[in-house]
Amino acid sequence: MGKILMKGNEAIGEAAIKAGCLNYFAYPITPQSEVAEYLSRRMPEVGGVFLQGESEVAVGYMLFGAAGCGARVFTTSSSPGISLMSEAISYISSAQCPTVFVNIVRGGPGLGGILPSQADYFQATKGGGHGDYRLLVMAPDGVQEAVEMVMMAFPLAEKYRNPVMILGDGLIGQMMEPVEFPEHLKSEPSNKDDWATNGMDTRNSKERNLVKSLFLDSELLEAHNLVLKAKYDRMKKEEVRYQSYNIDTDYQVLIVSYGTMSRVCRTVIDNLKAEDFEVAMIRPQTLFPFPEEPIKHAASKESCKIVLSIEMSMGQMVEDVERSVRGKRPVHWYGKAGGDVPSPEEIIDAIKSFIT
Amino acid sequence: MAKTFKKPEALSDQPTHYCPGCTHGVIHRLVAEVIDELGVRGRTVGIAPVGCAVLAYNYFTFDFQEAAHGRAPAMATGIKRVRPDLVVFTYQGDGDLASIGMGEIIHAANRGEKFTAIFVNNTVYGMTGGQMAPTTLQGQRTTTSPAGRDVEEVGMPIKVAELISALETPAYIVRQTVIKPKYIVRAKKAIKRAFQYQLDGKCFSLVELISTCPTNWGLTPVESVKWTEENMLPYYKLGEYKTPEQGEED
Repeated sequence: MGKILMKGNEAIGEAAIKAGCLNYFAYPITPQSEVAEYLSRRMPEVGGVFLQGESEVAVGYMLFGAAGCGARVFTTSSSPGISLMSEAISYISSAQCPTVFVNIVRGGPGLGGILPSQADYFQATKGGGHGDYRLLVMAPDGVQEAVEMVMMAFPLAEKYRNPVMILGDGLIGQMMEPVEFPEHLKSEPSNKDDWATNGMDTRNSKERNLVKSLFLDSELLEAHNLVLKAKYDRMKKEEVRYQSYNIDTDYQVLIVSYGTMSRVCRTVIDNLKAEDFEVAMIRPQTLFPFPEEPIKHAASKESCKIVLSIEMSMGQMVEDVERSVRGKRPVHWYGKAGGDVPSPEEIIDAIKSFIT
Repeated sequence: MAKTFKKPEALSDQPTHYCPGCTHGVIHRLVAEVIDELGVRGRTVGIAPVGCAVLAYNYFTFDFQEAAHGRAPAMATGIKRVRPDLVVFTYQGDGDLASIGMGEIIHAANRGEKFTAIFVNNTVYGMTGGQMAPTTLQGQRTTTSPAGRDVEEVGMPIKVAELISALETPAYIVRQTVIKPKYIVRAKKAIKRAFQYQLDGKCFSLVELISTCPTNWGLTPVESVKWTEENMLPYYKLGEYKTPEQGEED
């Protein structure tokens, strides 16, 4: 299959089908309602399930029920909607049900705006719901990578029996780009017979399965949390993904930036190179687990004077960058959170102001 | 000698944690008997609520999921939509279904989701210690309505069976009770009919069961039965509120 031109939101919907996910529950919210519109047409064509729930709260639990009985299932939403789903995400994380949530982030807090934003970094990486849980969070920088990450998300969710979140932004959802669907990423759903409530007859078993999150006994709850922690620790070891840019130069500035923002930063780095001013970038593709070691290593380079977190949010990623750099270099923040994507010129001005 | 009365296969051996005089045990048994009689234990998934029945899965012997407060109908929707062959029921109390989960139950009923809701109405939040519920009767004292439910402040108790019956979507909606043997027989018939509609892929079904909470009412089990008959049954009238055939006759 060759490249086709597709809007990000529609490509995300198609990628889920290509990944073998034929169950989609959703509630409309700007700027990602096109996913629901697209899948309301496509799911019947492929014999899948499309259902528009009555709220994001309900949709979260539709995913919980469906995933709990062993189905591959996903939803898409945007920031306020993800806030409402966060209750279910906490329960789903505890009950260890593989699910995929796509957040096409818009500005916040509150109703915020409908323009692109990265202001849900904390919510995605530190937990929007209650309790000790983590999501595996991937952040695409364009439509092609959004497709690939959606297709990777299902096997990863099943590998860890954990929700995976794709953190996009309004730009990735709304823009059209050439995209190629990688057939080789399609994976068979894992065997879920040892835990899913898919009916005892279905798995030919006399043992019933429970999908639950209540542990009234303190020792059992402690043990359960240790099981979850072991999974998150394993993610930190096995699932860190990132890309570096211009990293083999004697750069004075290291940028850490992800998603749409990182694309502007690439232009910045190219433009500054023409002025003989070398800047490098680490682009986290997974926000949890965060590429701590690569950032620490890159910040430690002798030529590197400062590290800059550039975000479409008010410095939410700075804490993770500082934690990675471990005091070896000063860490600064530059960004905007109103919905405008910072221009290369604005970022160059910011870099120059920090370096002098 | 053949056993003529035995524990349903769908019920486990574990003693329940329910208080003396509580009707959850009777209702669990009726659900288990129906599942046995229909021969669907191997493809049944129950959904436990938040409240006294959160541990209901300890007393049944088939697959179970545990919901957040009020969200069982959304979970049942998720299961039924992706696995229509499974037999799915929610087991919910009045705080769970009629307060925090009112949105979920109304919309599941209105979509005509093909699962069964077992709705246990005992007028109070049992697990949290007897607070006022949407179903608490006018003037009834609870830990959060110590002077009695003031309907000027919080409105009248919600009649769930009537409310859901008002939806245009065909459904089987019935209210029964389990406080006396004659009622128990009718309640079981209603539960069985509800599951049968589900098996036939016919409609959403809800069985409201008027129940007791001696502990939080501050009454003995026997007094609770009397209180239920004198106070609840006149307001929460028993009977079939809606059948899917009604729509077909029009």
